[in-house]
Amino acid sequence: MIETLSVYLQHKFVVYALIVGVLIALSSSLLGVTLVLKRFSFIGDGLSHVAFGGMAIASVLSLTNKMILILPITVVCAILLLRTGQNTRIKGDAAIAMISVGALAFGYLIMNIFSASSNLSGDVCSTLFGSTSILTLTSFEVFLCVILSIAVVVIFIVFYNKIFAVTFDENFAKAVGTKADGYNLLIAVVIAIIIVLAMNLVGSLLISALVIFPALSAMRVFKNFKSVTVCAAIISVACAFGGMIISILAGTPVGSTIVAVDVAAFAICSLTGAILGVEK
Amino acid sequence: MSYITVENLEVGYDKSVISEKLNFKIESGEYLCIVGENGSGKSTLMKTLLGLIKPVSGQIKKADGLENGEIGYLPQQTVVQRDFPASVKEIVMSGFQARCGLRPFYNAQEKKLALENMERMGITELADQCYRELSGGQQQRVLLARALCATRKILLLDEPVAGLDPKVTADMYELIASLNKEGITIIMISHDISAATRYADHILHIGERVFFGTTDEYLNSDIGKSFVTLQKGGENQ
Repeated sequence: MIETLSVYLQHKFVVYALIVGVLIALSSSLLGVTLVLKRFSFIGDGLSHVAFGGMAIASVLSLTNKMILILPITVVCAILLLRTGQNTRIKGDAAIAMISVGALAFGYLIMNIFSASSNLSGDVCSTLFGSTSILTLTSFEVFLCVILSIAVVVIFIVFYNKIFAVTFDENFAKAVGTKADGYNLLIAVVIAIIIVLAMNLVGSLLISALVIFPALSAMRVFKNFKSVTVCAAIISVACAFGGMIISILAGTPVGSTIVAVDVAAFAICSLTGAILGVEK
Repeated sequence: MSYITVENLEVGYDKSVISEKLNFKIESGEYLCIVGENGSGKSTLMKTLLGLIKPVSGQIKKADGLENGEIGYLPQQTVVQRDFPASVKEIVMSGFQARCGLRPFYNAQEKKLALENMERMGITELADQCYRELSGGQQQRVLLARALCATRKILLLDEPVAGLDPKVTADMYELIASLNKEGITIIMISHDISAATRYADHILHIGERVFFGTTDEYLNSDIGKSFVTLQKGGENQ
């Protein structure tokens, strides 16, 4: 087993995949707690479908760097979603549902009508479930992933206290003069970046799992925001790393293996929490 | 100059006015209770005073220095907070957020102040406990300590005793009264007219009829008399 692994690790693209995977897992876990608590669990799902639509357009235009198109589209949609989430006729969850299925349908439609590829269902499947895309990253994409992941982590640390305050009590934050709307916008942009990054790792259908599971697992065991955040990050990184190793050894699809490991971690954490008596 | 002067203020959401024109002012060190029937716009008025909602018309003038970070607010509990994994200390510290500006972390002086405020509220030994596991009264003390971190001048309280049992309610009122004696201006929304008239020195009654004046004036006015009897009648049923 170790031998098989060391053979694989001699390939540059496998090492790239592991590095990128771990970084993406780290950044995606950070905002999970905020999203779960703000009742925005599904925003990741909605945005990932938008990213799928963006990916379809990029494929049709046969852009070499698809991220350059996908990123701005997703960021704009994230801002629109969070903006319209408050005080509008179409409420938050409905808006997310609309945008997500709309983008999914248009994405598939565009790919179907314009695609030059002979293996259309294969293309769609790999975009949705990220089957091998993590292994086929160009060095520019690896570079971009690393920079963006680090940016997400740095932004999160610098604004940690503000993000906590705005998540816990937005009205209080506004009342004492914190620019809560600005921070909500920042959160939206960061989520969009994370979604686009995570798409490479697990594909657009499974992104929510990467964002939500580590946070939920950590919340089962820990009781304060700091430990929950740190624990979520550790769980996420460990699951992504473990999942990738398993998928290399067993030849399973990367994305779904990682998510399966995340689900297992959630089960373990729930059990631990129940034994420790954290959940009443 | 008055702390807050309100002139011809109409409050409401999206241009639909839900109150009469209001005129009142609050001086430093006063204790004002806002009373009125359900749906008369008490919370909306408070949110307008805090700048969370734009006034439909009229003006709110605040004294210098009250603009930013000098107002403490005790909001009603939100759904989010009921399952939020946060320790008492983390929540109290978040009261300093405005004072920080763009500085990312809290400094030593703020940490010390937070401890002092927890001491004042009698929640020091709860510092590392999880907020959602506390009793209602303890949670309100935590939020009060947070509000004190944001201000030393004026506190706005939105029904601070909602859902508390009588003993804890009485303690809470005493606590607020002691803060007022220390010189902090209090503006409180209350359903409980007997507590309002006992502790506050000024009353603002909003609804179909509007009254603003000292508590004595209120108790001798028609509107005050009828409202007090109404509430007493309600309690006896």
